[in-house]
Amino acid sequence: MAKKCTLDASGVYYRQLNEQIREAVRNGATEIELDNVRGQRYIGNSIEGPVHFTIHGVPGQDLAMFMRGATVRVEGNAQDGVGNTMDDGEIQINGMAGDVLGYAMRGGRILVRQDVGYRVGIHMKSYMEKQPVIVAGGKAGDFLGEYMAGGAIILLGMDSTMDEKAPITGRSLGTGMHAGIIYIRGDVPEYQLGPGLQLEAITEEDAAFIRSHVEDWAEAFGKDAEEVMKGEFKKITPFSHRPYGNMYVGTN
Amino acid sequence: MLFKPISQNFSDFVIDRENDRCINCEVCVRQCSYEAHYWDDARQCVSHDHTKCVGCHRCEAFCPTGCLTIKKNPADFRDNALWTPTYMKHVYKQGDTGGILLSGMGSPADKPIYWDNLQLDASQVTNPSIDPLREPMELTTYLGSKPDKVSFEETSDGPKLTTKIGPQLKLNYPLMFSAMSFGSINLNLHKAMAMAATELGIAYNTGEGGLHPDLYKYGNNTIVQVASGRFGVHKDYLNAGSAVEIKIGQGAKPGIGGHLPGEKIDEEVSKTRMCPVGSDAISPAPHHDIYSIEDLLQLIYAIKESTEYKVPVSVKIAAVHNAPAIASGIVRAGADIVVIDGFRGGTGAAPTMIRDNVGIPMELALAAVDNRLRDEGIRNHASLVVAGGIRCSADAIKAIALGADAIYIGTAALVSVGCTLCGRCYTGKCPWGIATNEARLKKRQNPEVAAKRLANLVRAWGHEIQEMLGGMGLNSIESLRGNRDKLRGLGLNETELDILGVKHAGR
Repeated sequence: MAKKCTLDASGVYYRQLNEQIREAVRNGATEIELDNVRGQRYIGNSIEGPVHFTIHGVPGQDLAMFMRGATVRVEGNAQDGVGNTMDDGEIQINGMAGDVLGYAMRGGRILVRQDVGYRVGIHMKSYMEKQPVIVAGGKAGDFLGEYMAGGAIILLGMDSTMDEKAPITGRSLGTGMHAGIIYIRGDVPEYQLGPGLQLEAITEEDAAFIRSHVEDWAEAFGKDAEEVMKGEFKKITPFSHRPYGNMYVGTN
Repeated sequence: MLFKPISQNFSDFVIDRENDRCINCEVCVRQCSYEAHYWDDARQCVSHDHTKCVGCHRCEAFCPTGCLTIKKNPADFRDNALWTPTYMKHVYKQGDTGGILLSGMGSPADKPIYWDNLQLDASQVTNPSIDPLREPMELTTYLGSKPDKVSFEETSDGPKLTTKIGPQLKLNYPLMFSAMSFGSINLNLHKAMAMAATELGIAYNTGEGGLHPDLYKYGNNTIVQVASGRFGVHKDYLNAGSAVEIKIGQGAKPGIGGHLPGEKIDEEVSKTRMCPVGSDAISPAPHHDIYSIEDLLQLIYAIKESTEYKVPVSVKIAAVHNAPAIASGIVRAGADIVVIDGFRGGTGAAPTMIRDNVGIPMELALAAVDNRLRDEGIRNHASLVVAGGIRCSADAIKAIALGADAIYIGTAALVSVGCTLCGRCYTGKCPWGIATNEARLKKRQNPEVAAKRLANLVRAWGHEIQEMLGGMGLNSIESLRGNRDKLRGLGLNETELDILGVKHAGR
């Protein structure tokens, strides 16, 4: 039986708000609705599931950082650092999200309806059964998937507020990537690609993987998954798990 | 066509085997992980290859007949003040491979060591010295933010503190074991540091490699580190320790990240770091969520939120030119502890050029940072911890007199368990069982024995610090903190004395 709790964040400083949230979770709340959120930081920080947050407004930096297993739905845009070092759980942003989304996340999934900022998915990593996934419906800034060490990023380039001529991803795409996959719906100019990466057509297995996540994305934001799957996807993977293995010579 | 690469022509060491005393027992063959000793089947005796010797002295220590001596190779190049053999050998290696020069351990470069030019004071006639063997001598240190002022209220039981004091890390000695990750060194040594820290009432730092499940029980004496790769960082980890440290930089390699080679990532290391076996574990140079002091503030408070403000948060930077201004920013961003790591600090692997040429001596950085924080009136907002090449208790006590609250020891801790500074940590083949995860090598370190040696070292330094404090007529380490009047410079120029804030000896 879900225990609901509604908090009005209007004019509440983040420390008090997060203390109220922790208190509610301690008291057994499993559904927390936050109204009038105006940039309060660290909402959902280190919260362990099963707790579901519904956020009305714009949550501040580091939403759901270190989160483990809870779920978050934002009705609006989100700022930087969404899902930073997240362990498990799901975040849905019904709007745009800022920079450094999913930094070093090692599990769980982030679905964004529209665009994401710079340095998204940097150093995402997979571990054992944990496979982090980011799906963004719009376009992304520079350094998407830099240092990526596992998991998957799916970028659709469809629901974007950016200029139509703007490329789907920015420069230095996947620089230093040594594991994981980036899927892009549409064209990726070679010059945007970081060194040591390969750009290929997707396989049937890839298409099934993309579909499984796109269907959820479409359902979350009232979109048509079939329309999305009609587009052509490319995948980016690294040549080596040891990109810097042969760079050094020992001294002394 | 060359018979072999030039870099293999001129070895650093020669293995001197007294054949009369050698009994061909092959202990040296088994002990040497670099295969410098081998069984020569044709000659039916043990033989060796100088070029493979790294100068770790393991064979020498274990030879039952004492027939082995490892010597520096006496073969000299023509004298040249500019082109020393070190530089020539570097060039040979790069000619062979095109590789970036890589080194282990702190910089061996001949650059000023200010500890050697600072002398401590002692009491004579006018104030009595104190004998720590018979009188109380306080070394207890609390790391964390201290309030600007304290207020009390009178109660029937006497005065009671009403000021709320932030979380503190209590240390029985002003010494801690520095960040050395599980992966760069093995679990036996992590266990040893945890056990020794617990027994001594001090703390050890996990480094960026996560915390093994077996070590959570030592949490009260553990500082957990968060670095740019965020390896093994999660809610339980952050809440396992008695402090959390954000690593921005390392003295041995300021400005660059870390890179644990795939060879060192076995099943256990993979579990703790939460990254795949055999894949490189790369820590980027910057934290990609920190591009400014404001961003640092964001991470500090993210960690405070995660730990519900129960433990102090530390920020570690390498000693660089602008360390004072950066430290000021770190304190204003809400850090409870600032760590300054000097350029002689140790490392498992660092590009040689960076290790030997980037960063400044910790002594100067420490004095400058302490001054700056005092001038700005925020010195009490954070404790100051220093690291990087502290060799003995005298170095440590001089650091405290210059303004440090506590000292991290890394290299000294490893030397106490047998490290000979051969500097090949990055190969993962450490013959002393320290910087290796190979099963046959790591069992050379027994956690109980290593813990005993680490505890011995800290106790010995503690006694020496007490003796030196007593000699100065002080009965508490607190009375020496930033008390630079207890130091005098020897052979230092005006600028150096000015930065260090000490007078020349004789003044």
